[in-house]
Amino acid sequence: MTMERAAFSRRSFLGHSYNLVGVVAALIILAWTLVAIFASYIIPHSIGDIVDDDYFGPMRQGLWLGSDYLGRDMLSRVLMGARYTVGISLAAVSIACFSGVALGMIAAVTGGWLDTCLSRFLDAMNSIPSKLFGLVVVAAVGSSIPALILTLAVIYIPGAYRFARALAVNINTMDFMTVARVRGESTAYLIGSEILPNIIRPVLADFGLRFVFIVLLLSGLSFLGLGLQPPLADWGALVRENIGGLPFAAPAVVVPSLAIASLTISVNLLIDNLPQKIRDRDA
Amino acid sequence: MKSGVLNLVVKRLGIAVITLLIVLFAVFFATSMLPGDTASILLGQAATPEAVAGLREAMHLNDPAILRFLRWLLGLLHGDLGTSYANEMPVAALIGGRFVNTMKLAGITTLISVPLALTLGITAAMLRGSLYDRAVTILSIGVISVPEFMVATLAVLLFAVYLKWLPALSSVNEAHSLTDLVRIYAMPVITLTFVISAQMIRMTRAAVIETLSTPYVEMALLKGASRRRMVLRHALPNALGPIVNAVALSLSYLVGGVIIVETIFNYPGIAKLMVDAVATRDLPLIQSCAMIFCLGYLLLITAADVVAIMSNPRLR
Repeated sequence: MTMERAAFSRRSFLGHSYNLVGVVAALIILAWTLVAIFASYIIPHSIGDIVDDDYFGPMRQGLWLGSDYLGRDMLSRVLMGARYTVGISLAAVSIACFSGVALGMIAAVTGGWLDTCLSRFLDAMNSIPSKLFGLVVVAAVGSSIPALILTLAVIYIPGAYRFARALAVNINTMDFMTVARVRGESTAYLIGSEILPNIIRPVLADFGLRFVFIVLLLSGLSFLGLGLQPPLADWGALVRENIGGLPFAAPAVVVPSLAIASLTISVNLLIDNLPQKIRDRDA
Repeated sequence: MKSGVLNLVVKRLGIAVITLLIVLFAVFFATSMLPGDTASILLGQAATPEAVAGLREAMHLNDPAILRFLRWLLGLLHGDLGTSYANEMPVAALIGGRFVNTMKLAGITTLISVPLALTLGITAAMLRGSLYDRAVTILSIGVISVPEFMVATLAVLLFAVYLKWLPALSSVNEAHSLTDLVRIYAMPVITLTFVISAQMIRMTRAAVIETLSTPYVEMALLKGASRRRMVLRHALPNALGPIVNAVALSLSYLVGGVIIVETIFNYPGIAKLMVDAVATRDLPLIQSCAMIFCLGYLLLITAADVVAIMSNPRLR
């Protein structure tokens, strides 16, 4: 096992298994991450300042992405929007995957009624369309940032659980698991030291896919006006507030859409171009 | 052996019913968590505490949640969806016409997207690795990776702003002729078709490719069958189950799709009704709409599972 992994990491370090598309996708993701972190230092104008006499202004020098429906600088607003879209989604996907994977491994190792109950319940949760779920819950608990993060996390826990449990159940039938059990190891040890290392790679790929789902759902909710509330604006909210510029094809409505697309497509492409061994369920 | 399949199907349907109950319960509780006291919202700010208390009593709001849930469920079984808080009309009357509109939209989309997606998916699988296959694959990944509202926005930009073929907004009331009808449905249907087809193409392509890699297809190839015959005669009949499964699963994406599409195009359907109900905190309306959506979604994914069970020859 150890040898195999060492061989594997050496191959990927030589760049053998990464292709150009994957590298470009990774660079775009890195760029958006940096923008999200340093947004407040690099924006040319404050996001609330009205800098243009005209609304839905075109792209021009000084206002590189034009102005929005109030004449505010679009470039600054998109850069700040990255912070909310990437930040909220990342927080939500971390909670969802951590809880989902932990529960999935516990269910697989423990088995019995706990496994049955958890699986039944989470499968039922999975049967609620995510957008509808988001709509109802956000209406119920409001659209503050913590509430949004928790809502998005809860919606995607069942999926992460199902994925991790399916992987863990396979590992659970291995001989080394039986040996560990006979040794009398605790459930925590079984999960952390025996199962997790064997499923971590596909789980990380799943983390990326789920991140895309969450970005899309968050943008969709914000677009419906149920996500981030003004004056804060993520990319979905930016499209919503500038939708009036659609008939003139204003950059204010096109650019945030492109920002979302560049992020989600990059993550999808990166995962698609990961070395087969990382991606595969039974890696 | 037939009874084995029947058992599995019945079991699957049983699970669907239990799931529906859990979902209804979840929807009911999520909506009863909505902030604000319904009675005081209804009576307005000028209401006396006594009046609020009286209305709470009359609406059974003081009862425990489980009792209200059971009462609501009992009402559902009698076909009583409750009364809208916002305009005091029966929810059933509000939903009725809207439901027909949404079904029309979904129906037209299905009629267009299923043949389109199947053709593209199967041909892409047949010509695997070709330029055509790669174009179809990249396009469908692209559509899946972006939010529905972006597909809608791009469709508006292309067809309404640049080409000026279609109006950006739709309103069913204005339909007087066939051309009107086409102009009204075109934008929402185009958007939904893109979203649904992308999923369906990917799943169909994967299903056909999997069948094409089986030994008996290789056998057909080796005995000299033409590529066309190999796919249509040997592979497709066996891929039918997975394909129907893929179609049903993709159609369940309609549920999320219509919510966005009806809002952006201002289409008077049930999803728009629900988004508006969320804005006005109209509980009975939200509950009923959510229930209809969940029911439709469950029906589709259950159908997908049942087809998968029925088409598995090892279970027959």
